[in-house]
Amino acid sequence: MAMMTDFQFKPPATVLDERAEPARDITCPVSEAEAWEEGMVIRNLSAWYGSFQAIRDVNLLVGPKRVTAVIGPSGCGKSTLIRCLNRMHEVAPKARVAGQVYLRTEDIYGRGVDPVLVRRRVGMVFQKPNPFPTMSVFDNVAAGLRLNSLFSRRSHLADIVEQGLRRAALWDEVKDKLNRPATEPEVILMDEPCSALDPVATLKIEDLMRDLSASYAIVIVTHNMQQAARVADCTAVMMMAEDRAGEMVEFGATSDVFTNPRDKRTEDYITGRFG
Amino acid sequence: MSAITHARRKWTNTVMLGLCTTSAFLAIGVLALILGFVLINGISYINFDFFTQLPKPAGESGGGVSNAIAGSLLTVGIAAAMGIPFGIGAGVFVAEMAGPRLAGVIRFTADVLTGVPSIVVGIVVYSWVVLKMGHFSALAAGVALAIIMLPIMARSSEEMLKLVPQSQREAALALGVTRWRTILSIVIPAARRGLITGGLLAVARAAGETAPLLFTALGNQFWSLSIAGKPIDALPLRIYQYGTGPYNQQHQQAWAAAFVLVTVVFCISLLSRVLLSRRG
Repeated sequence: MAMMTDFQFKPPATVLDERAEPARDITCPVSEAEAWEEGMVIRNLSAWYGSFQAIRDVNLLVGPKRVTAVIGPSGCGKSTLIRCLNRMHEVAPKARVAGQVYLRTEDIYGRGVDPVLVRRRVGMVFQKPNPFPTMSVFDNVAAGLRLNSLFSRRSHLADIVEQGLRRAALWDEVKDKLNRPATEPEVILMDEPCSALDPVATLKIEDLMRDLSASYAIVIVTHNMQQAARVADCTAVMMMAEDRAGEMVEFGATSDVFTNPRDKRTEDYITGRFG
Repeated sequence: MSAITHARRKWTNTVMLGLCTTSAFLAIGVLALILGFVLINGISYINFDFFTQLPKPAGESGGGVSNAIAGSLLTVGIAAAMGIPFGIGAGVFVAEMAGPRLAGVIRFTADVLTGVPSIVVGIVVYSWVVLKMGHFSALAAGVALAIIMLPIMARSSEEMLKLVPQSQREAALALGVTRWRTILSIVIPAARRGLITGGLLAVARAAGETAPLLFTALGNQFWSLSIAGKPIDALPLRIYQYGTGPYNQQHQQAWAAAFVLVTVVFCISLLSRVLLSRRG
C-alpha cells in the first residue's frame, strides 16, 4: 500500500441531495483519474426491484489491476450493486436502475449502449456453479467464445481452453468458473465465489484472484471479512438504511477500513457486534 | 371423547378411504377393460397381409389396411412438421419473452384452442383448405391435425422451458451472449427431453383424431401418398368405416386396426415416459 495516494472522492455537486450531510471524505488507494481511464466509476447508483429500493446513491471507484471487496450484512444490496455493474440487474423482472456507471469513461447505462457488449467486457462469476449440462467440459470452457461467435478456428480455441483449464485447475471444485477466463473481460465481478467452498479451495481461489488482479480489475462481494482483508486492495462497506435500501457507508483502502473505520456502523460490523 | 364417537369416526374413515380406493381401481379397471377388449378382438386378425395389402372390396375376405397406415403416417407427419415447430416457437415466446399479461392471454387462448371440439377444427379446415383447393387431401388433414397439436405443443414446451433454472440463463447472459443465442444454445438444449416428450404426446393425440379427418382426408380405398389433390386414408377413418359396415370381415379388420392404433399410441406414451424419467 506504499503507492497509496490520498484522494478525495466526492460525488458531483449537482446530484447531491441538499438534505444530506456534506459528502464524506473518502480516502482510497485509487485515484479517480485511474478509475476513469482504466477502471469503473460508479456515481449515485440506485437500483429497484419493482417499488422496493435495493440500493441508494452508491458511489464507488473500481481501480484497474486491483481487487475491490464489497462487504456488509445480508440483504444490504451487495449483490445488487455488482449486478448493476454489468447490467445483469435488469434481467430480473421489473428491475430498474438510476445513476451512472462509467467503464473506461463510457456510461454503460448511456443511450444506445448494448447490454450484451457490456457483459462481454465485464465478466461475472456467480455464487453457485452453473455448468451448462448439455455441453462437454470443452464446450463449457469455450462457451463464452462459442456462443458469442468470437472464434471459429478450432486450434486457436483449443489453446484458449487449455489455458483456461490450467488456470481453473486451481479452482478445483468450482467447475462453472471454467468458462469465465475465455472471454477476456476487462473487469471481473465475483458474487461470493467462495461461499460454497471449504477453506483450502477458498485459499486457492484467493491466490487466483491475486493472479488475475495483475491484469484485470476485480470486484468481489463477500460475507467473509477475513477474506476481504486478505485479498482486497480497497474495501467498500454497505449497510441497510431504515427503509431497507442499501447504502455505502465506507469506502477506502482495506487497511484503513479495517484498522481505522470512519463510520460507527463499520466498526460495529467488523468487530462482530452485528451482521 | 366418548367411545361411541371414536368408533363412528373410525368407521367413517374406513368407509371414505374404501370409496376412494374403489374409485381408483374403477378408473384403472375401465382402461384395462378397453385395452383388453381391443387386444382380444384385434390381435387374432393381425397378420402380414393386414399390413401389406390394400382393402378388398366389401364382402370379400382377406386384404389389409396398408393404405390407411401409410396415410396416417403421412398426415400425422405433415401435422407434426407444421404443429411442432410453431408450437415450440409459441412456447419459447411465452416462457422467455412475453410479459406476464401477454403470456396470460396467450396461455388462455391456447387452453381455449385445446378445448375446441376437433370436429369444429375439421369443418373450419374444410372451408379453408378443402373448398379452396377443391380436393380432400393429406395436406388438409395435416393442417387440421396441426391445429389440434399446436396448443398442446405450446403449453407443454412452455412448461418444460420454465423448468430450466434461471441461473443457466443468467450464466449465459453474463458471458455477453445475446438473448436468442441463450435460448437456442442453452435453454432449448437443456429442455430438449421435455420438448421431445411434448412432441410425442401431441403426435399420439393427433394419430387418434377421427372427426377432423372426416372433412379433410375423407378416406380412400386405394393406395395414395399424394399430399394434395387426392383423398387419403387413415387408420381412424378405416376403423370408423369398417366398424359401422355390415360385414363380419370388416368388423374383424376394424378391431385389428383399433389394436394397431392403440398399440402405437400406447408405445408413444410409454416412450415419452421413459424419456422424461431418464435423468441427465
